[in-house]
Amino acid sequence: MPIKEIVNHPHSHWMDAEGEESDIVISSRVRVARNLAGIPFPHLLKKEKSNEVIHALRLAIQNEEAAELLGNLELCALSELTPLERQILVDKHLISPEFLNNYEAKAVVLRDDEVVSIMVNEEDHLRIQCLLPGLCLKEAWNIIDKIDDGLEKTLDYAFSEKLGYLTSCPTNVGTGMRASVMLHLPGLKLTKQLYGVLNAIGKLGLTVRGLYGEGSEALGDLYQISNQITLGQSEEDITNNLISSTLQILNQEKAARQALYQNRQEIIEDRVHRAYGTLKYARILTLEETMRLISDLRLGVALNIISGIGIRLLNELMVKIRPAFLKKISGQEMTPPQRQVYRAGLIRKELEAVPQ
Amino acid sequence: MLCDHCGQRQATVHLTEITNGHKTESHLCQVCASEIQAQGFGFAPQLNLHHFMAGLLNHELGGANYGQQQADGEKCARCGMAEGQIMKQGLLGCGDCYPYFEEKMQPLLRRIHGNTRHTGKVPGRTGGRARTVKEIENLKNRLREAVGREEFERAAQFRDAIRQLEKTLEEGGEA
Ligand SMILES: [Zn+2]
Ligand SMILES: [Zn+2]
Repeated sequence: MPIKEIVNHPHSHWMDAEGEESDIVISSRVRVARNLAGIPFPHLLKKEKSNEVIHALRLAIQNEEAAELLGNLELCALSELTPLERQILVDKHLISPEFLNNYEAKAVVLRDDEVVSIMVNEEDHLRIQCLLPGLCLKEAWNIIDKIDDGLEKTLDYAFSEKLGYLTSCPTNVGTGMRASVMLHLPGLKLTKQLYGVLNAIGKLGLTVRGLYGEGSEALGDLYQISNQITLGQSEEDITNNLISSTLQILNQEKAARQALYQNRQEIIEDRVHRAYGTLKYARILTLEETMRLISDLRLGVALNIISGIGIRLLNELMVKIRPAFLKKISGQEMTPPQRQVYRAGLIRKELEAVPQ
Repeated sequence: MLCDHCGQRQATVHLTEITNGHKTESHLCQVCASEIQAQGFGFAPQLNLHHFMAGLLNHELGGANYGQQQADGEKCARCGMAEGQIMKQGLLGCGDCYPYFEEKMQPLLRRIHGNTRHTGKVPGRTGGRARTVKEIENLKNRLREAVGREEFERAAQFRDAIRQLEKTLEEGGEA
């Protein structure tokens, strides 16, 4: 799909819920940082020089010798997209939110299946990303590895024998690799074990992230776990470490869900059905409330309390209900209260379509 | 101050995010804040490492009191990035900054990564030599394993392959 089409569709492959353990692991992402040899890092570049980097990448993705490794890539300057289209790429997790700052000197490359994206002139000249559903880190690294080899047929990277791939921030030097998984952890939260587990993870050299709102909880019980260390470990070490830590968390989450279901069955069932009922019938929904309800419903689907609803639909909803997509679908500017009404209407329609 | 999110309107809402005990702040306009406040997950602003890094670098480069006047310090010969600037931004200027500030970077890298030596992927083009060095290391490991298992014939093959590669290296070539 061309980029101008990709921004019209809420769906993306990572939402397909088809990888391993996809009821808990929403998606796996691997991202590597690469810089071109002999050119200062993006934060020092004037627009003209930045455009040279973009041009070099354009040549690299057109190199026929690399076509087999690269697949069907399309490059688009960020300035060719509307602000709304740029925001949709962020909401679909294809580019980072920071990438939207000073967008004039930047470009994005997407593979037509949306599995691979490249941010050009972010903090580094290239940030190559692969995003897959479920626990799929090895596959994601293999895909990145190939794309990287393909680009290298044309580009010279800034690399040192001792320090590896040179990056603008020393926290990325070495492999330049950041691998992450997005986890749904309502069981650990409800059983009040979450912070213990996340603290332990922190001690293993991994970073846990979630935006903390009013209280101290991540929205929708979603947490992103990623590696911190990029120097002195191979790409395989990094993915293996993250996989084994993720499996530990998965076991804890599964045990917590089982314990909840066995000891507090009515309470859990009540919670799930209330969420389903609210989503089905509410007339006004804020983003925060919706994410909380989707989290409960998702738990209900995973525990087979609710049938007929796929995890895939819920993944897609998480993107659809965000302001950018609501604006896209409605085709109009809305005030926050108008948006909350529109959001509730959209969710009702989506859930009515589910066979009872 | 402009809004971090849309970059267009004046920022009036200041949010604090705490990740692994590090505090980061985002500054938003009223419009963006009303939706962003509670959203989060993958889209959350990344932990602002730059402030954090800048603090560390400042400490490592020994310039606890780098004032504005002497903010320059030494400058990278290629990109012109000065020590003081690196400290302030937490970012290096180009690939050459690494060898240029190597001595000062070492303790910092050790602190961040617990290590100062790359062991991962080596690019085929720019890293030809490094790729050979890595291949030799791999073969040496396999040689050791073969000896451990008393597979001397295989060990001899590995030894020959290592010698061959070392010779190419000495001759300045790439394998
Ligand atoms: Zn704004
Ligand atoms: Zn430099």
